[in-house]
Amino acid sequence: MAQDTTALRVAGSTAASGSAAAVERRANIFGMTQQAEVAVLRPRDCGRWPHGLRAAMAARIAALNGEPELAGHYRTDAGDYAALADPSVDGSGQGLAEVMAFMDKVAVETRDVSAPDIASLQAAGIGDADIVRLCELNAFLAYQLRVIAGLRVLNEVYA
Amino acid sequence: MTRVITKFTRNVPHWQPRLKPVDLEEASQEQLDALKVTPSNTKVSEYVLTLAHDVESLKVRSPLFNAIMYDEGGMSRSERELGALGASMVNHCIYCAAVHAARHAQLEKSTDVTDKLFRDGARADLSPRDRAIFDFAVALSEAPPRVGQEHVAALRDAGLDEAEVLDLILSSALFGWANRLMHVLGDPVRVS
Repeated sequence: MAQDTTALRVAGSTAASGSAAAVERRANIFGMTQQAEVAVLRPRDCGRWPHGLRAAMAARIAALNGEPELAGHYRTDAGDYAALADPSVDGSGQGLAEVMAFMDKVAVETRDVSAPDIASLQAAGIGDADIVRLCELNAFLAYQLRVIAGLRVLNEVYA
Repeated sequence: MTRVITKFTRNVPHWQPRLKPVDLEEASQEQLDALKVTPSNTKVSEYVLTLAHDVESLKVRSPLFNAIMYDEGGMSRSERELGALGASMVNHCIYCAAVHAARHAQLEKSTDVTDKLFRDGARADLSPRDRAIFDFAVALSEAPPRVGQEHVAALRDAGLDEAEVLDLILSSALFGWANRLMHVLGDPVRVS
């Protein structure tokens, strides 16, 4: 394996996997995927969402989507926010109930998201830039966990 | 007057943000660099101006998007569009579905496949290869994903090699990302 990236590691992709040659030809994409992880999890300008909270929300989205190993990868960086990595914690104890409800809906009930969901975040005092930051984190996780789920079955069938 | 579009169409609607995009007049140098704004190029879509609120993500997203959809080799461009369309139909992202159905029709020089998909949904009568590709994209796009070995076996039986399957994974997954921006941050509208 040419690169050590979260997606390849969690999917169990190695140089011996059926997808190894194809992955090698898309090495640029796996490299940029890892850069995107840094951009949404550990940005220089994190706005209202510190790195620990971002890690907890990433772990939560992975858990909601049945990816416990990816959830574990992110939970280790969640620090004081680790409780929020558990989707059964609604965030009210941390003053983040609206944010957790929004993140859960975008992650798993995407098609049902509508204008009032954004309006309710704005009504809770969350600025537009911070709303976009939440969406980018959620959207990246949706991509990364699906690359992992897809690679895993690819390697099972094209062994 | 604007009217929000709720049905799938190839006629690409206007995208109307649900929040205030970055104002170019107030943009930081990092935002201007990411938007590739120069004195001779000041045209930037409202969508990209909205994403410019998170400039670090935007800078990585655009080259990644282009690589997954357009890099040479592996799966054909029109089949990658079919993967993008499958994801967009699951997530009901009307705007993304319109753009990628239109590109599919343009690349294939035929509206047959996308006509059937928009008319009949998952039951559309497709070729075995398109059927396997669409079903895989749909299964991967559900939340949680429910893609299994049977979906990949169907791709293999339809003649796809590992490189094509990898490109399908990437293009379908990428629209899990794109849909959660387009469908969440704005409305597809017709302006009259």
